[in-house]
Amino acid sequence: MATKEMRAVYAETLMELAAKDPRIMVVEADLMKATGTTGFKAAFPERAVNAGVAEANMVGVAAGLAAEGKVPFAATFGCFASRRAFDQFFLSCAYAKLPVKLVGTDPGVSAAFNGGTHMPFEDIGIMRNVPGLDIVEPSDPVSLKGLVQALAVSGRPAYLRLHRKAIEPIYKEGETFELGKGKLLREGKDLVIVALGGIMVAEALKAAALLAADGIEAAVIDALCAKPIDAGLIMDWARRTGAVLTAENHQAATGLGAAVAILLAEEGGVSFARIGIKDEFGEVGTQDWLLGHFGLTAAHVAGGAKALVAKRK
Amino acid sequence: MTKEETAGLETAAKEIRKRTIDAIGFLGVGHIGGALSIADLLAVLYFRAMRVDPAEPRMASRDRLVLSKGHAGPALYGTLALKGFFPEEWLHTLNKGGTNLPSHCDRNKTPGIDMTTGSLGQGISAACGIAYANRMDARDVFTFAIIGDGESDEGMVWEAAMFASHYKLDRLVAFTDNNRMQIDGTTAEIMGLDSPGSDFVAKWAAFGWAAERVPGHDVEAIAAAIDRAKARAAASVANGSVGGGKPTMLILDTVKGKGAAFCEGQVGSHNMNFDYETAKKAIAELG
Ligand SMILES: Cc1ncc(C[n+]2csc(CCOP(=O)(O)OP(=O)(O)O)c2C)c(N)n1
Ligand SMILES: [Mg+2]
Repeated sequence: MATKEMRAVYAETLMELAAKDPRIMVVEADLMKATGTTGFKAAFPERAVNAGVAEANMVGVAAGLAAEGKVPFAATFGCFASRRAFDQFFLSCAYAKLPVKLVGTDPGVSAAFNGGTHMPFEDIGIMRNVPGLDIVEPSDPVSLKGLVQALAVSGRPAYLRLHRKAIEPIYKEGETFELGKGKLLREGKDLVIVALGGIMVAEALKAAALLAADGIEAAVIDALCAKPIDAGLIMDWARRTGAVLTAENHQAATGLGAAVAILLAEEGGVSFARIGIKDEFGEVGTQDWLLGHFGLTAAHVAGGAKALVAKRK
Repeated sequence: MTKEETAGLETAAKEIRKRTIDAIGFLGVGHIGGALSIADLLAVLYFRAMRVDPAEPRMASRDRLVLSKGHAGPALYGTLALKGFFPEEWLHTLNKGGTNLPSHCDRNKTPGIDMTTGSLGQGISAACGIAYANRMDARDVFTFAIIGDGESDEGMVWEAAMFASHYKLDRLVAFTDNNRMQIDGTTAEIMGLDSPGSDFVAKWAAFGWAAERVPGHDVEAIAAAIDRAKARAAASVANGSVGGGKPTMLILDTVKGKGAAFCEGQVGSHNMNFDYETAKKAIAELG
């Protein structure tokens, strides 16, 4: 697959699925253009519902659609998907065991010029509270396609953290994906970097190259899911290397870093550090400026890795 | 209002438009449409209706403004710069890393901004709280709030509508920027709240507000409608019931992107890319 806007991959995948599965619907809150589903609406007018700027109602409506057997993908910016409609999602969707797929777009620093009001560093943390929820953040167009296909047939509610912008492919066409499973992208003996999402997996791979130049061999895991995390894969490489660094475009205290910390604390014996947002609010700026400002670049990941390896137990 | 005063407000509106187009054009992308549609209202507010002091942005006796449709921040920044709240040069820092002028309003970053907004629906509720607190603390000030017609899809807007009329917040004067467009299309296509038989005026009136429709690019008409709202509030003092009257909602019929040919009347003007040359041309055309 070529480098492609993630939202275009999202919409195309849904249209392919919808052509075969009449249950698939999209539900929007005046951000259909942003999510990229106008083509879906053109192809399946009745199966694309726009609730207007009304996220709570959008999620409530999606629950009702799901109660009647539909599989709705309900989308808005991640900040509003998580913070604005949480009770509706928690209760009417998850607690009611209805397979609504809530889609939060523009994760973390990718919200760029929309600034702090629109920059979700907390959506995964919020969603981790929902029992049994699948939380997915694909890292490239191929994994996005595979995981949307998996979500469409899971029969469970889910939270999909969706990048809208173009992202370079990491995987080859035809790679298969499973909910709750990560992927080992690179082997290494000195530490393992567990990264999540469209920005940080790429930064982690760049960091691994920087570290290799300094004689440090970093393994890299693409977590793909923040809940459930792939405990087997992560613990395997944690034991092999003795040092784990998480990297996410999200609060390190409540997202992937928290999930991995709990795993390691329970299993024991491994050195651990986290790259992510350090208890801060978002800000406005270009994505590159924000990556530097919040300490999320490959250089920051490599720096964190070196410090961790140096103090390894 | 004298002819001179009207002309002065029209000039202020034009200057606000120029600064808004310049700031967004210098960056190359932004919410130009919904910013330009409120320029005339901002001119009337800051150059006639509101008591504010650029030297003392948090003066207790000031009138407050909550720009609930926070994405129109650049129009308010243009206004505040024109009024002298901060140096004009700041306008070129819009959205740059570390700026005091983020795309959406931030009360902690920008002198003259009373409330942080950007998540639609929340500002009008905050305006209710601000109006309530000022009455509680016996400050005779007005709270103004600006919401979008698309923003009015949010249930929270109507929860605020209930609150303000229940608590008789007659020093709350709100405006709906009725430019008939939101992101995904016209409001008539996406969520028709201003439809014949059940229009905005009827809805707000049903919630207990004094509501009227006003031509939103006519500074005289806007000023007169605000004067009427103030007179109603004054009357409630005169008859011994301070703050006993209705809150006011003025439905301003406006045009998205008003005043810039490259974007006027276009749904696509909501958050638009345009280069600095386009901006300079539009500014020159304003005269
Ligand atoms: C809670 C929330 N949901 C969605 C958005 C994204 N958004 C920003 S502006 C907008 C459309 C608003 O339309 P309107 O109020 O008519 O704005 P205007 O035409 O005045 O620019 C949307 C959906 C947001 N800022 N906040
Ligand atoms: Mg509008």
